[in-house]
Amino acid sequence: MRFKVSIDTNVCIGAGQCALAAPKVFTQDDDGFSALLPGHEDGTDEPMVKEAARACPVGAITVSETTG
Amino acid sequence: MTELTDMTGPATPADPVAFPQDRTCPYHPPTGYEPLRDGRALSRVTLFDGREVWAVTGHAAARALLSDPRLSSDRRRPEFPVPAERFQGIQDRRVALLGLDDPEHNRQRRMMIPEFTVRRATELRPWIQRVVDGLLDAMIAQGPPAELVSSFALPVPSTVICHLLGVPYTDHEFFEEQSRRLLRSRTADQAVAARARLEEYIGGLIDDKAKAAEPGDGILDDLVHQQLRDGVLDRADVVSLALILLVAGHETTANMISLGTFTLLQHPERLAELRADPALLPAAVEELMRMLSIAEGLQRVALEDIEIGGETIRAGEGVLFSTSVINRDPAQYEDPDSLDFHRGTRHHVAFGFGIHQCLGQNLARAELEIALGALLTRLPGLRLAVPAEEIPFKRGDTIQGMLELPVTW
Repeated sequence: MRFKVSIDTNVCIGAGQCALAAPKVFTQDDDGFSALLPGHEDGTDEPMVKEAARACPVGAITVSETTG
Repeated sequence: MTELTDMTGPATPADPVAFPQDRTCPYHPPTGYEPLRDGRALSRVTLFDGREVWAVTGHAAARALLSDPRLSSDRRRPEFPVPAERFQGIQDRRVALLGLDDPEHNRQRRMMIPEFTVRRATELRPWIQRVVDGLLDAMIAQGPPAELVSSFALPVPSTVICHLLGVPYTDHEFFEEQSRRLLRSRTADQAVAARARLEEYIGGLIDDKAKAAEPGDGILDDLVHQQLRDGVLDRADVVSLALILLVAGHETTANMISLGTFTLLQHPERLAELRADPALLPAAVEELMRMLSIAEGLQRVALEDIEIGGETIRAGEGVLFSTSVINRDPAQYEDPDSLDFHRGTRHHVAFGFGIHQCLGQNLARAELEIALGALLTRLPGLRLAVPAEEIPFKRGDTIQGMLELPVTW
């Protein structure tokens, strides 16, 4: 299963919950906002991204399952 | 208070219970909250002044409501619920961050985010470790026994937040005492006086920093030499922001260290498990956060009618969140009253949820892991110095925790 992850940085409050839940996929940029680590921009196999989306306190992360 | 129950709100299955109540055991919700743990997502409760408000106790409902913009955190709204007498006089003005709604809140939060990221907390770990080791060296040299709150639990986060903000640690006795009065006073007059002293102190610090030729490297120095200078924040905003960061930065973590240690000592099997496998430490901290839920009774006021859990919260009604009960919702956590480092504790609301979720949570996690880890490693014989029942803890306070923790080793 592959997942497409999108982050709404207008909503992000920099809590860092995504980077804690799925550290292989998420980081925080210099401003503290959620960002994808290199290699995950076009999709990821990491199932913990769903936990990261659920952990986000402001619903800034959307995960959709893709066939590619 | 039965005559008051007819005045507001729809009929509920039981008479509203009083809220908040004192804990009977320092690490469990008050036994008086049992009626709130009957599976309903929210219940009517009665505040000290007789006002009826909602207490949210269901995990799913809490997450939905804490991220619902129809609930306001603005303490200046006349309907905003006042949970204790001491808060009657101090909700009369703009409170930075936690007392603001978006977009004002978002503007302040965004200024603070870079200072409190996971990465920043990770970078601080070696320095926090040195602070913790230094305090333990001193405590061990003078003991046993020791009083853990004053010799360790309080100085660790006080030292850390002073360093981050650029507040001289030599002033710690003053701001710790005033913070205690702000959060623990019985009367509004005492709390208002404590807040005024803290504001005066911080205002002086800010004025000194503004006059300094060479800015320091604390967060307050940045605020003074950037946001204040550029007119993005006014002086009152900077004072309020600094006050929130200073109080929230030491009082909460100090209580988690003291109450976390007490709880571990009262669960010897879990303590042995943690000592045998220090890799469990992050999971243990997360589970202690859930179980202890020291920031109890988060407050909001409804701006519109909200349908949830089969009830209608009416516009203007107060809504309190009982984090200790929410974090023990059996629909989310199996056997919720037990301390279990293997449950993969996630999604607790001990740091809140929604836009106001704790700004310092990653710093708090780092401090707790290092402080508890070092305490258990350095003192394998750590135990209570007096019977557990004789140790005073905070009753009905804003932040739960131990007043003292006499230990020996």
